[in-house]
Amino acid sequence: MLLGRSFEDMCAQMYYRGKMFGFVHLYNGQEAVSTGFIRLLTDRDTVVSTYRDHVHALSKGVPARAVMAELFGKTTGCCRGQGGSMHMFSREHNLIGGFAFIGEGIPVATGAAFSSKYRREVLKESCDDVTVAFFGDGTCNNGQFFECLNMAALWKLPIVFVVENNLWAIGMSHFRATSDPEIWKKGPPFGIPGVHVDGMDVLKVREVAKEAIARARRGDGPTLVECDTYRFRGHSLADPDELRNPDEKAHYSSRDPIAALKNYILEHSLVPESKLKAIEKNIEELVEEAVEFADSSPAPPRSQLLENVFADPKGFGIGSDGKYRCEDPGFTQGTAQV
Amino acid sequence: MLSFTRRKVLCADFIASAKNVTFLSKTVLGKAFERTPMAASASTRKFSTSHKEMTVRDALNSALDEEMAADPKVFLMGEEVGEYQGAYKISKGLLDKYGPERVIDTPITEAGFTGIGVGAAYYGLRPIIEFMTFNFSMQAIDHIINSAAKSNYMSAGQISVPIVFRGPNGAAAGVAAQHSQCYAAWYGSCPGLKVLSPYSSEDARGLLKSAIRDPDPVIFLENEILYGESFPVSAEVLDSSFSIPIGKAKIEREGKDVSITAFSKMVGFSLQAAEILAKDGISAEVINLRSIRPLDRAMINASVRKTNRLVTVEEGFPQHGVGAEICASVIEESFEYLDAPVERIAGADVPMPYAPNLERLAVPQVEDIVRAAKRACYRVVPNSAAA
Repeated sequence: MLLGRSFEDMCAQMYYRGKMFGFVHLYNGQEAVSTGFIRLLTDRDTVVSTYRDHVHALSKGVPARAVMAELFGKTTGCCRGQGGSMHMFSREHNLIGGFAFIGEGIPVATGAAFSSKYRREVLKESCDDVTVAFFGDGTCNNGQFFECLNMAALWKLPIVFVVENNLWAIGMSHFRATSDPEIWKKGPPFGIPGVHVDGMDVLKVREVAKEAIARARRGDGPTLVECDTYRFRGHSLADPDELRNPDEKAHYSSRDPIAALKNYILEHSLVPESKLKAIEKNIEELVEEAVEFADSSPAPPRSQLLENVFADPKGFGIGSDGKYRCEDPGFTQGTAQV
Repeated sequence: MLSFTRRKVLCADFIASAKNVTFLSKTVLGKAFERTPMAASASTRKFSTSHKEMTVRDALNSALDEEMAADPKVFLMGEEVGEYQGAYKISKGLLDKYGPERVIDTPITEAGFTGIGVGAAYYGLRPIIEFMTFNFSMQAIDHIINSAAKSNYMSAGQISVPIVFRGPNGAAAGVAAQHSQCYAAWYGSCPGLKVLSPYSSEDARGLLKSAIRDPDPVIFLENEILYGESFPVSAEVLDSSFSIPIGKAKIEREGKDVSITAFSKMVGFSLQAAEILAKDGISAEVINLRSIRPLDRAMINASVRKTNRLVTVEEGFPQHGVGAEICASVIEESFEYLDAPVERIAGADVPMPYAPNLERLAVPQVEDIVRAAKRACYRVVPNSAAA
């Protein structure tokens, strides 16, 4: 959680210094949800996220330097600078996005869960991989969400739907947009258990997550978990955040998940304070190192423009000499003519 | 300049043998390019290869069957593909053969099941997503473009999407505006997609097999009217390892005076138009595009450099259509070779009407292609033998 928070704070700094650009959506305040769920997953389990995906990537194990380099648009980023803030992908860590359209990740996550079931039942491989899909309160009014609740329940797919209800979709309050604001209640009409949990308390989230993930792994089907959480910053770094009441912000600030966990640890004397300070220092150094790494990394070479459009580059077709265009040595020199 | 009388003699033979279109096997085409007289090679071929007839529907069904048998990761998903045997019976018999885990009937949730297919493809399965018609793909177009086409790029090659989206495209008969749109131009403009449009049974079989084996997202645009049409197929086509490369067009009929490009049903119309033109002494070269993206610009340009005139034919809306792209490509690469402005034949710039007489007017007919070709031929300042 601390890594997530430090990382996001550093992102804000870098953005205002002009090193990061475009749309950047920070996760400050919601760390308990990411940590609570993702730290229970194995490497083989899948995480699907939205545009607010930096911390999901970090929790899943993508190195901070790779994420930072990606945000800077450098070729050493996890997607070689081609994805950006909103499109974090890592095959190695089974983080398959990073989607900018809200609701887009839900069917893809359902598909990943489907592939897990297919492997087990049709290909007869031993596969009990679980998929966790993260999305927000605004997404729960989107058609794709309901389509996938239906199909996940119908086919009993190993998926956990996690709603990060931070009460605001850019400037649209959840209560203004939703006829029945209790999202967890939308699971049972589809035959999916709905669970409501305090998303500012990482230990409570972890309890719920354990159950939901175990349920999916057993083959009992999907779960819908609504986490009440809050984002301390605006929707993105370009959001002036004028519509939210300062009292509301103060209320949630006082329930900061990191501070809460720290207090809990100290109250119960689980770990000496010096150790916590050491962890904080480590994280600071890690994030600084990530920034240095990203700064010193090269920007993508010109030839990278045309790479990776297709897995089979013959998809670029046939050149005027009658041979496959991708076999032309000048092909990746990067002109718009192709 | 050929004199028309001499050309008429050649054309008569050509028409006689063109009735049994045997230009299907690659060897015949090879022979054609070696400049042996078309008539002779076609008539010898006619007797030496055995001809089975196959409908496009059976061709697609057999291709699906063989690919599903060959690779257990291939599965079919869509509305009515299982128990109903396919909305157009393309997937007939597959449910019984492969079971409900591999032939999956979905609820009416295009966005949902298309996304599910994409997610499964991320993990190495090979889904074939069937849209009842491509008009319904508009409900899922976000997934086709944003999570399928763009993923390999956004993830810098980490995640490839070996998925096929198939279904009937374009106008059928009397199904009106919301069921009749042609999507070749829209999908053809999107990087990251491969877009195919077969005409004959050979095309259908070969291209569908290539599409299923391809590691990238492929849009496979079929045509409902062609499903029932029969075409002769050679033994090579019937072999289970048969496939046609993506990105190469095919010359269905060789000619010298005007190039006509078409895809899907319009290839048939163009071939009929070519016959009519031949009677008037115009030898038309009909190019079956087969692949909308990537477009076989090399072959189109080579043909235009030979004939110096171009007519593009498509069923879809004219603005920003496939013909517009071909026209631009030819002007960019073969401008000096053009003897006449490019003629574009496309559907009318209106949503498809219902009344049958209006529907006929809204879609290109053979006469339209003939007129366009004649315009292309006579547009040049008349000192040619405009007999």
